[in-house]
Formats: sequence, C-alpha cells, structure tokens
Amino acid sequence: MILVIAEHDNKHLKPATLNVITAASKFNEDISLLVAGSNCEKVAVQCAQIEGVAKVILADAPCYEHQLPENLSALIVGLANSYHYILAPATTFGKNFLPRAAALLNMAPITDVLEIIAKDIFVRPIYAGNALATIQLTAAIKLLTIRPTAFAAAHTLQASAPIEKCALVENTELSTFIKEELTQSVRPELSAAKIVVSGGRGMQSAENFKHLEELADCLGAAVGASRAAVDAGFVPNDYQVGQTGKIVAPQLYIAIGISGAIQHLAGMKDSKTIVAINKDPDAPIFQIADYGLVGDLFEIIPALITALTKLKQ
Amino acid sequence: MKILVTAKRVIDYNVKIRVKADQSGVETANVKMAINPFDEIAIEEAVRLKEKGIATEVIVVSMGTDAVQETLRTALALGADRAIQVQTEQELQPLAVAKLLSALVAQEMPRLVIMGKQAIDDDCNQTGQMLAGLLQWPQGTFASQLVIEGERLQVTREIDGGLATIALKLPAVITTDLRLNQPRYASLPNIMKAKQKPLAIITPAQLGVDIAPAWATLKVTSPLTRKIGVKLNSAEELVAKLNDLGVLP
Repeated sequence: MILVIAEHDNKHLKPATLNVITAASKFNEDISLLVAGSNCEKVAVQCAQIEGVAKVILADAPCYEHQLPENLSALIVGLANSYHYILAPATTFGKNFLPRAAALLNMAPITDVLEIIAKDIFVRPIYAGNALATIQLTAAIKLLTIRPTAFAAAHTLQASAPIEKCALVENTELSTFIKEELTQSVRPELSAAKIVVSGGRGMQSAENFKHLEELADCLGAAVGASRAAVDAGFVPNDYQVGQTGKIVAPQLYIAIGISGAIQHLAGMKDSKTIVAINKDPDAPIFQIADYGLVGDLFEIIPALITALTKLKQ
Repeated sequence: MKILVTAKRVIDYNVKIRVKADQSGVETANVKMAINPFDEIAIEEAVRLKEKGIATEVIVVSMGTDAVQETLRTALALGADRAIQVQTEQELQPLAVAKLLSALVAQEMPRLVIMGKQAIDDDCNQTGQMLAGLLQWPQGTFASQLVIEGERLQVTREIDGGLATIALKLPAVITTDLRLNQPRYASLPNIMKAKQKPLAIITPAQLGVDIAPAWATLKVTSPLTRKIGVKLNSAEELVAKLNDLGVLP
C-alpha cells in the first residue's frame, strides 16, 4: 500500500502530484491519495479521477488549510501504519513536511528520487546533479520525495475512485500562517511548461526582460532566469532555474544571455532540446546546447519573433 | 537567548567534482573543503542576532573526523562563541545527524537552531525538518527573512510560487535559503581570536545516539553527458530547425 500526499491550494490539484502517481505506480501496490486541506472537496474529486488511484483520503479541517508541516506531519504519522511507501513531490511543499514526518516515524527518508530501480533501490542526484547515487534503503516505511520532471504525468479518467473521509484532526498550534505572496502570471507554470525561455545576466536589466517575455508569449512559454539575473534584481526569485531554484525539463529550453554556470545547468540539463543564445562563443552553455546562436541577443530576439510570426502565418 | 548553528564540511562549491572510477563515491582526497554555503548563511544570521542583542551566545556544531575542527575554527572566526565537534569516523546520514543534534539541544537548551536548508554535497534537504520533528518544535524552512519579537518568530519562506510568511512559537528550527543574508568574510584578527575560543569534543556514544546508516550507497556514477550540438547562423535557421523537430506550438 502506498500513500501519496497531494499538493494543492484547496481549489486545484498541482500538476506535480500526477508525476508522483506515475512514480508510485512502479511499485505495483494500491495507491491512496491524501488530500489534506480546508474546504478542499473539489480537489478530492479531481484526485479521484487520476488513473492508478485506488482511493482518495480527504482530511478536511481548518488546521490543514495552509498545509503547515507540523500539522500535516502529525496527520501522516496517524495514517502511516497501513503503508509501505509514503510519497510526495520534491517541491518546496513536499520537501518541507516529508522529512519531518519521517523523523516522527523514526524512518530515514530519501529526497529527490529520479529513478526507481527496485522496490528498495533508488537513484537520486548529489552534488547539484553532477553525480548520481544509487541507494538501497532498508526502512520499513519508505518515505520518498519524487522529482516531478523525472516521471511522466498520470492521466485522468472518466471513472472515479472512492473518496474516504478522514476524521483525524491534528492541530499542533506550533505555527500559524500569515500570508503568501505568489507571483501572478498568465504564462504557464515554470516547472510544468512545455517550453521555457530563460534569461541571464546578459539581459542587462529588468526592462530588457520584456523582450524576452514577448518571445516567450510568442511560443506560449514560461519565463525563467539564472541565479545571476535574479541576484541582479531583473526578475523575482521564483523565476530562478537551477540547483537552488526550480528544476525543469521541458521539451524546449531556450537560454538567452546565460553563461551556463554548473548551478544553472543542474536545473535544466534534462530538457529535451536546449537552445543557447549568447554573445560569447566559448560560454559553457554551448557545451550542452543542441543548437547555439552566437551574437547580440538584442538583435536575435526580435529576429526570432519575426521568424516565428512568419511561420504561424 | 542561545542559538545553535551547524557547519557541515563539504567540497568547496567552486570545485568541479570527480566521480571515482570504481563508482564508490566522489573524490575528496586533495580537494579544497569549505563550510557548506547554506550553513555559512546560518552562522551569519546567528551572529547578526547576537550583534543586535537578541542572542546571547552562538554555539556552532560540526560532525565527523578531526578535519571538521578546521571548519569549526572558521565558524568561530565568523563570530560564533564556542564550538562542539561530534567526533566520529563513521558515515553520518541525515536522520542520525538530526538525532545527534536533538541530543545536543537537550544539553545546551538553545531557543533557536539555525541551519542550512541543505548541504551542497548530498543535497538531502532533510536534517532541519527532522530535527524540528524530533524536538516537536515548529520549523521555518527555506527562510529568506527572520523577525524575532519576544517569543514569536516571523519567517518569510521561499516557496515555488513566490514567498510565504509564517509565525512560529519559540523554540524553533530555521533552515536558511540563499537570500537570507550575505555572509561576511572572517577578518585576520578574528581568525587569530578564533584559535582561543573553546572547542569541545563529544562522541555519538556519549550522546547516546545510534548512528547506524539507514541506506547503503550501491554506486555513484556520472550523469549522461549531452553531446555538443551545432552552432547555427541565424534566427531563421533556428526556427526552421525547431519547426522540423516539432517542438514549436
């Protein structure tokens, strides 16, 4: 039996959960999906339609509204006994509570699983993805966070799994939620986008990022950035792709004015096709790019937009 | 208020790591070592709290062979008051580290533990959350801002979609993200002074903690390298190539 913890905002299921379900299905055991939140029945209904989910467990109480790790971990401990595996996405949501739940169960968790080799053997990145460790875990309950980009998304069905209500209310009162400031964007979410256009220090200013955004909109792409661009204040921190930011693996990744520091490559090198645009022909980004364009990015971006517009006509 | 901070000894972030030919791990012999950068941010934050008069003492902990004493001296030069080495030759995994820290917290009674959100060698991102769980303390992970008001701690956290702000009851565990602060450099006088600061040594057995590993590393390999692609001459050529690949909308 496997317990997967759903990531959601009480209204919508976050797509990363679908990738975790695919990872969970590798174990060939029944999958229960836990939806813990407040007034989140709508999410449970969405979850019940995911292929491979045998049962949805709905823990609906005000103390779970913001999925504070203290309360969520206590809830998971209450449910854990029936399961061999407890899985969550390796996002800031999953990374926050899963190790805490594991410690409460006296089990060592494994974070950022890239590949499931056997029921107890997993591959995970170390040193910012510059090495891969294959590890065998002996814990009786295996708590794993799954890197969403390493597994395909599970499909949704017309049919619906049963939704079971869970009455456990674990309110530790250790922490309280104050506010959330989420970046508003009409573009696709960075970690789920099929195409990502990212800018680096070479963009030179926040103002210049508008050109890059225009190109992204032309492609229906998400906008990302290197740490250098974030540190320079060109874009908010949640744009950051890299070891310390988001890990992405889209069909197409276009890196513009990004030199290709190891820290950035760790976040995007699993993209299907990589395009690099940089004025420096020796920039390390060209080492991993499928296609490179050397030149002034302020000339290349408009030329790309023109060529793409022409193609659409 | 006492603050406990951690300092893991890791390969310096500027070093390009090399996987050993026998796949047993990553080469660490004759490689430059440093404090885990996220721990450096934790130390800086604790020292700033002391400079503001909020903290009374900053205790830094590192675990491993006697080589970590160098790491501890660096942390003392950055402003920590005293150091503790948990001495062992054995491999330490995050759950064992969390249990050792939990035992030290019981001895030292700090009101706040600040540690890096992850170490840049194993990238586990677990120990802070596990320590908080073992202590039944609240946790503020991936912190980019801390505001302490009496017995209440307000933490701004970096999350996937932006920022989240929470309030914690002290005592608490904080894990640092990159934008929490910009760590200082140790000055020469402070490096000299650090040599005189107390450094205590304790063993896992003295702390009563079983450090047996929970997993075995079967092998460590290099990721598949991508083959170098082609340089194109124009934006038109690029768009045509991408169109042929079928990756354009």
